[in-house]
Amino acid sequence: MGSRDRRRLRSAAWAVAAFALLVVLWELAKLVLPAGGVTVGGTRVLPRTDDAAMPHVWTVLARLGAPEVAGAAEPRSVGAAIVSGALFTLGLALGGLVLGGIAGMLLAVLMQRFAVAEKAVLPYVIASQTVPLIAIAPLVAGWGGKIAIGGWAWEPWASVMVISSYLAFFPISVGMLRGLTSPRKADVEMFRSLAAGWWTTLLRLRLPASVPHLVPAVRLAAAAAIVGAIVAEISTGTRGGIGRLIIEYAQSATGDPSQMYAAILGAAVLGLVAAGAVGLLELGLRRYRGSVA
Amino acid sequence: MTATGTDAVELQGVDKTFGSVWALAGVDLTIGAGEFVSLIGPSGCGKSTLLRVVADLEEPTAGSVAVTGTSARQARLDQRYGIAFQQAGLLDWRTVVENVELPLQVHGVGKAERRRRAVELLELVGLAEFAGSRPAELSGGMQQRVAIARALAPSPRLLLMDEPFGALDEMTRERMQAELLRIAGETGAAVLFVTHSIPEAVVLSDRVVVMSPRPGRITEVVGGRRPPVSGDDRAADTLDPDAVEDVRETAAFFEAVTAVREALRKGAATDGPAA
Repeated sequence: MGSRDRRRLRSAAWAVAAFALLVVLWELAKLVLPAGGVTVGGTRVLPRTDDAAMPHVWTVLARLGAPEVAGAAEPRSVGAAIVSGALFTLGLALGGLVLGGIAGMLLAVLMQRFAVAEKAVLPYVIASQTVPLIAIAPLVAGWGGKIAIGGWAWEPWASVMVISSYLAFFPISVGMLRGLTSPRKADVEMFRSLAAGWWTTLLRLRLPASVPHLVPAVRLAAAAAIVGAIVAEISTGTRGGIGRLIIEYAQSATGDPSQMYAAILGAAVLGLVAAGAVGLLELGLRRYRGSVA
Repeated sequence: MTATGTDAVELQGVDKTFGSVWALAGVDLTIGAGEFVSLIGPSGCGKSTLLRVVADLEEPTAGSVAVTGTSARQARLDQRYGIAFQQAGLLDWRTVVENVELPLQVHGVGKAERRRRAVELLELVGLAEFAGSRPAELSGGMQQRVAIARALAPSPRLLLMDEPFGALDEMTRERMQAELLRIAGETGAAVLFVTHSIPEAVVLSDRVVVMSPRPGRITEVVGGRRPPVSGDDRAADTLDPDAVEDVRETAAFFEAVTAVREALRKGAATDGPAA
């Protein structure tokens, strides 16, 4: 086992320890703080800690195995509902990441190739991210509803994917642009002296050199794609994903808070899975992690 | 030096201005086939600009430039010269042998052929056993040798080198100088070599071209003390490294060093306002 593997194992152990610490703090808060919360001069400064506001960790876990709707004809456990919802959302987020990644990279290549494109497009790329997602969601759903490509009619999940890609493209285009422009002047001139054209220079110099900038950008984009997919599911009313589950469970949260926490837990695990996938990508690209010597 | 074939470089009346800065003024310079010429002078004298004009990395403002009998642009497109800078500039994601292959890959040479040639070149620079290593695993001197092997990959008739040993320590530097002389002798390539170091210029060159700044121009050409290559210049081990060391201790070497130093001082005296 190499020292790098050992370091990776150790960082995984730290992550597990941090989660355990969070669980302990949660339970400690329930144990020590008054159930009614802490109120100073009529203002509540700490939340209530009774079972309705902060259910026990084990109640949340136990809820995963309980049926989703009591007395349903085909009972499905909360856990199974969350897993299937998470997979649905993961698929959409992944699609959004791929779409956004392709768009972001093409945009970055365009901006690298034509300085005028960078000047013209970059401000809009940045401005695009200040428009709130909930304003865009109905627009995309509305436009999409008018599209029918061949025999294929626009489905609500397609809106979710597009909205998710809208968040994912930004870090990738910015990171990619930085990466593409990262080779030093001397390296670019070396390629010029070899009579390498723009395309060869892109393929053999700029793209490999952009990997160290691209990997962290993809990590950000993956997280953004998941948040985008969840929020888009909620604001377009798309069924089947974890966003919808969170809303459904939240509506019954006063009576059954542990169910909502279970759904939130599912969303968090989803983020971890995405981060892990990016980690695999990084592993596959590790020969490009170095800089230019 | 045998003057067979066309001259490696022929410059006539070359001017280069950057805005209002006069980088080169009326430069005439001819480098014969297989000749080793150094450019020396203070910072800002235009010696790097001159090399870049030959490499078609800069366009001259006026004058004519011929490289291996054709235009500088055509020479670049045909990979008729190899170039090495002060920074080795190796691509870290490629192995050593893949770095040497780069010029051939760009030129569309087949995989097997370019690998064969790259391995041959690594043998020439004495790094065959490091073919599979990453550049980051090599010392500065070794990296520079890989860069030289890369420059030699397309079998150029001309090597352009811009202070290639400037970042190396003195001991490594002297070893590299002997290495370079051996390689230049074996390949028969002409070399245009930019340097700050007077002894380096003298020991390597057939001719040392002294330049002065504002505007950048050639003020004097001094004969160098490049050690003679014994026997057939195609055979291996034609240059004994000790021969280079011996040259450094001859009276002729010191005379040439003194001549270059005086030429540099003269150039500085005519430059700018008097003290």
